[in-house]
Amino acid sequence: MIQSLKTGGLPFLIPMLLLSFGVFIVPFGVLTAYSLTAGEAPGLFGNYIVFFSDSFNVRVVLDTIKLAVLVTVGVTIAGTPIALVYWHGSPLVRQTVIFLTLLPLLTSNVVRTFAWIVLLGREGPLVAMTNALGITEAPTTFMFTEAGLILAQTQIELPLLVLPLIAVLSRVDPRLVEAAQVAGAGPWRILATVLLPLSLPGYIAGWILCFASATTNFVTQTSIGGARQIYLPQFVYREVSTLFDWPSAAAISLILVISTGSVMLALAMLARHPRLVGHV
Amino acid sequence: MSESRNLRTSSLSYGAFVVGGGGLCLIFLIAPVVVAILLSFTSGKTLQFPPPGLSLQWYERLIDPVLSERIHVAAWNSTKIALLAVSLSALVTVPASYGMVRIRTRLANGLEPFLLAPLVLPSLVFGIALLITASLLGFRPSVLLVVVSHLVVFGPLMFRTTAGIAGRLDPGLEEASMLLGASRFATFRRIVLPLLVPGVLAGAFLIFVQSLDNVSMTLFLAPPGTSVLPLRMYAMLEQELDPRIAAISGVLIIVSFIALVAVQRFAPLLRDRDDTGSNADE
Repeated sequence: MIQSLKTGGLPFLIPMLLLSFGVFIVPFGVLTAYSLTAGEAPGLFGNYIVFFSDSFNVRVVLDTIKLAVLVTVGVTIAGTPIALVYWHGSPLVRQTVIFLTLLPLLTSNVVRTFAWIVLLGREGPLVAMTNALGITEAPTTFMFTEAGLILAQTQIELPLLVLPLIAVLSRVDPRLVEAAQVAGAGPWRILATVLLPLSLPGYIAGWILCFASATTNFVTQTSIGGARQIYLPQFVYREVSTLFDWPSAAAISLILVISTGSVMLALAMLARHPRLVGHV
Repeated sequence: MSESRNLRTSSLSYGAFVVGGGGLCLIFLIAPVVVAILLSFTSGKTLQFPPPGLSLQWYERLIDPVLSERIHVAAWNSTKIALLAVSLSALVTVPASYGMVRIRTRLANGLEPFLLAPLVLPSLVFGIALLITASLLGFRPSVLLVVVSHLVVFGPLMFRTTAGIAGRLDPGLEEASMLLGASRFATFRRIVLPLLVPGVLAGAFLIFVQSLDNVSMTLFLAPPGTSVLPLRMYAMLEQELDPRIAAISGVLIIVSFIALVAVQRFAPLLRDRDDTGSNADE
C-alpha cells in the first residue's frame, strides 16, 4: 500500500506532460525549423545571415541586452534596501513590505506603464523636480529616453527581485548574525560578509526573472521608449503584423531567446557553483 | 523579535541607510499605483499630475454603456478568456502537482524544470511559435488559441502553488483512506483535493491576473477585430492619453487590492515564516 503511494503518481501527471510537450516543446521545434528553412532568404540560416548582415539589427540586439542589464542593476540597487527593511522589521513591517511588493506586481503592466507616462512626461512631477534642482532646463521630458525607460522598467520588474530575496532572507538563521556581532562585527560588516553572501541565491533567482522580463516587456518598451528606442520585441512584432514576414520574425524571436537565454543560463550556472552553494 | 535584528545595536549610518533608503525605495515601488488611483479621480480634462481637483467624471464615462461600449466588450472578452484559462489550468495542473510528489524523486526532479519552463521563456516568442505551428496545421487565430496559450504559459503558476501544498500533505491521511477501502481516485477526490484548495486559489488568482494583463501572446493569436482589455488600453495609451484609462486602472487596482487581501488571508501567496511559526514549510 505504501509502495503504491510512492510510485502511483505518474497517471496524474500525464495530461500536463502532454500539454507541455505537445503545445510547448513542439511549437518551439517548429519555430526553430521554420526560422532555418522558410522564407526567401537563400539556404539554411539564410534568415539569420540576412539579419546579422545589417549593423542596425546588431545594434538592436545589443541595445536589448544593455537595457536588461541596466534594469537588473537598477532593480538590485532599489531592491536591497527594501529587503533589509524586511529583515530588520517587526512582523507588521514585514507584512507591509510583502503587501507593498505584491500590489504593484499584481497591478496590470499597462496600468503601471500608463502611470509612468504621466510621471515622466513634460508636465510631470519628475521634470518639475529636476528643473527645480537645475539638472534639466524648462521644456524637457523623460519620455522616449533610455533613462526614462530604465527608471520605469526598474519599478515594474522590482517585485521580481524583492520576492525571491525576502524568501531567502527569511530563512537566514539569525544566530549567524548574532555570532558575527559577538565576534565584534559592525552592521555594515555584517551586511557585507554575512547577509549579502547568504542572500546570493535570492539575487540570482531574481536577476533571472528580471532579465527575462526586462527584455520582453513589449508594452513598456514601445510606449515609453517610443520610436527612437527599438528593442527586439518591437522588431518581432513589426515583422509579424506589418511586414507579414513570418520567417524573419521566427529567426528574430530565436535570436531573442538565445541572446537573453545565454545570460540567464550563465546566471543559473553561477547559482550552482560549488563555492556559492557552500555558503548556504 | 530577536536581538540581532534590532536596529538599536546598529551604527547610525546603517540605520539611516535601512530606514531612509528602504523607505525611499518602497515609495518608488508603490508610487505608480498611487498615481494611477489619484489620476482616476481627476476633475481635469487631461491626465496631469497632481490633478487640479477631484471628481468621478471619468468613472461615469467608463460606466456609460454607449460611450464606452468598446471597453466593455474588451473587458468581457478578457474575463471570459481568463476564466477559461483558470478552469482548464485547474483540470490539468492540480492532478499533476499531486502526482509529482507521489512519484520517485529522481524522475520528479528531472520533470520539474520541463513543466516550469514556460514561466521563464519569453511569452512573446511562444506566441509566434504557436501562431506558426497552428497556421501550418490549418488553424486560424481564434479565441480558443488565446486560451490555450494562456493555459500553457500561466498554468505552471498554479502547478507551483499547488505542488507547494501537496508536498507537505501527510501521506498517513491517504493511507488511512485507502486502508478503509477507498480507491486511489476516490482518495484523491475526497481527501487530497479539499486540502489543496488554498494552493489552487492562490494559483487561480495569479493566472487570472496574468491572463487579464497579457498583451504579447494575445496580440498574435486573437482573431482580427477581437478586442481584449490590455490591448484596448494599449491602444488608448498609444493614440491619445484618454483619461478613462485612469478610471480603468482605478477599477483594476481596487479589484486586485481586494483579491490580494482575500488571497493573503485564505491562501497566502507569500507568508512571513517567522510570523506563522512554520519554518519547516519549505
